[in-house]
Amino acid sequence: MTETLFEALRLVVVVDYQLLAIVALSLRVSLSALAIGVLIGVPVGAAIAVQRFPGRGALIVVLNAMMGLPSVVVGVIVYLLLSRSGPFGEFGLLFSPAAMIFAQTLLVVPLIAAVSRQIVEDAWNDYAPELTLIGVRRWDAVVLLIADCRFSLSLAALAGLGRAMSEVGAVMIVGGNIDGFTRVMTTAIALETSKGNLALSIALGMVLICLILMLNALAYGLRCWALRRVG
Amino acid sequence: MFPLRVQGLAFRPERQTVLQDLDLDLSGDGISVILGPNGSGKTVLLRLLSGLLAPSAGRIDWNGRDQPNGRLAMVFQHPALLRLSVFRNVEFALAAQGGERAARHARTREVLERVGLAHRLDESARLLSGGERQRLALARAWALRPRMLLLDEPTASLDPSATEAVERIIREIRTDGAKILMTTHNLGQAQRLADDIVFLADGCVQEHVPVRRFFSQPQSPAARAFLQGELPWRIAFDR
Repeated sequence: MTETLFEALRLVVVVDYQLLAIVALSLRVSLSALAIGVLIGVPVGAAIAVQRFPGRGALIVVLNAMMGLPSVVVGVIVYLLLSRSGPFGEFGLLFSPAAMIFAQTLLVVPLIAAVSRQIVEDAWNDYAPELTLIGVRRWDAVVLLIADCRFSLSLAALAGLGRAMSEVGAVMIVGGNIDGFTRVMTTAIALETSKGNLALSIALGMVLICLILMLNALAYGLRCWALRRVG
Repeated sequence: MFPLRVQGLAFRPERQTVLQDLDLDLSGDGISVILGPNGSGKTVLLRLLSGLLAPSAGRIDWNGRDQPNGRLAMVFQHPALLRLSVFRNVEFALAAQGGERAARHARTREVLERVGLAHRLDESARLLSGGERQRLALARAWALRPRMLLLDEPTASLDPSATEAVERIIREIRTDGAKILMTTHNLGQAQRLADDIVFLADGCVQEHVPVRRFFSQPQSPAARAFLQGELPWRIAFDR
């Protein structure tokens, strides 16, 4: 056990090339999914928070439920969509990083939208009387509130990042865990553990946890700095 | 828009009666101050007049119309200021009305100068003190050139110097042609600002008289008790 831990630390310290490639691909896939997820999820969540329409309550329940969407189910759905006989089969995206980004985006959009909806709705409850009397239209209020809640909404983005980076089922199914092409940290950990290569698994696990910690620390630092500047 | 006539106004949310059979006539000039104990319906009356709440019964008649045909603005006890600069917090309200950018910017600078915030245009509104926040909220309402301005306890929790500044701005807005209807718990403020007093108790208007008469010769027993600092009103604690 001790030997395995030392070997894992050695792999991290000496910057193993194989490990570095896996980390780089993981970051590329998860940050791309996060960026697309924020671009879609935040406006959708804010719009649901501010607008009133029939079926809104049911939509919120569905959105909240989708935060717990099993990643393997998303993997299967994306697999069916991208497989040769599927509607997007002609693009040949299956078992590629693009397919993994697509799957992770589907996972993070409901989470980001649901958290954004709650954050913006709380703000809307405070602002609605004044914005209504001023004559601000609802769609303009959506934009204003997204800007106003930007620091709180960073929490939604961080939740999305955590979901994307820790997810294994969907990327395994649609990426195929191809060495040097679609292997990311979580799928590599699953594979290396099953092969008995615990040192690499632990090394990857340490890097994964450190990366998530660093990104959260960076976001927290930026939030504190911004709050001091603009309140 | 004026005279404003309120007839038989009632507001009864969920088996409670906040206002009942309220009648009130208001002219289009001066400052009317609504006084009354907590829970008498002062804020609810302002929200009904602004259209934020719908009455359970009764009619609000704006010189023969159901809706005011002039601009109506309201400043709340705790104004909601966006996480934007002082300048943008006023300018976005003007942008919502349309109009040219240059005119909006000129009007924004003008009102911020008049409320003494011209030197803080680019600062975040969230970093202002309580008094400055209230002045900014007044500037935002003033920028819209309201014909009627509703103020809900605009100086609650402000210190005397901030209160004086806010009162000065309220007088200026009145001089600019706006009818002002405000609530307060500060009797000294009511005497300083008001032309007439609307005294609310038990959900209806007990008195609506000129300010001097209200403080020298209150007619209703409720108003007399209120001015003498008696506490005849009981808040029921539901178990």
